[in-house]
Amino acid sequence: MAANATKKADQEPRSWYGIVGLSWLVPGGGHFLLKRPGRGALLAGSVVLMFLLGLMMRGMMFQPQRGDLLTTIIYYGGFLGDLASGLLYLLTVWLGYSQPDMAGHVHDYGTKFLVAAGLLNILAIVDAYEIATGKKD
Amino acid sequence: MPKMNLSHFEVSVLFALFSSIVLGVITKRTDSERLHYGIRCFVYFMVALIGLGWLMRLGHG
Repeated sequence: MAANATKKADQEPRSWYGIVGLSWLVPGGGHFLLKRPGRGALLAGSVVLMFLLGLMMRGMMFQPQRGDLLTTIIYYGGFLGDLASGLLYLLTVWLGYSQPDMAGHVHDYGTKFLVAAGLLNILAIVDAYEIATGKKD
Repeated sequence: MPKMNLSHFEVSVLFALFSSIVLGVITKRTDSERLHYGIRCFVYFMVALIGLGWLMRLGHG
């Protein structure tokens, strides 16, 4: 009976603002808040490791920059992708670990890893939102 | 912060691994389905990686 009540309470839609905000700020945090620790740990591990590998490969952080259409899309898109990593991005910028753009394939892969970590975090945020609103169990 | 120097192949495998984990976790409904989907995604990444690598090698001669 008590287990059923707990399960029902877990499945009820709840306010998603805090969960989405926490998911953005701390990768996997929304899943922990929603009592999905296993999934949260896998998401957090993947996003954090990808971001750290990007930093260790001396990837560049995009800054919003206007120019021709392709430049605007790449720099604004890259900036949004970096920003989607939440606290990882903010700490990197605040603590001065942000790297300038350098030539070389390893640096280039690092830049892509930093953006991809943010994009994976967006997928995690959407997943947490769907769980919070009851669209997914 | 230590500096890493990875080859194209190593970076691609790591990218495939992390992406497959996230895709597996968020896509399916049961743990078994998630595991199978994650492994399938990883295999697809690897097939595409090796296939495109050979294509470029043969294309360049």
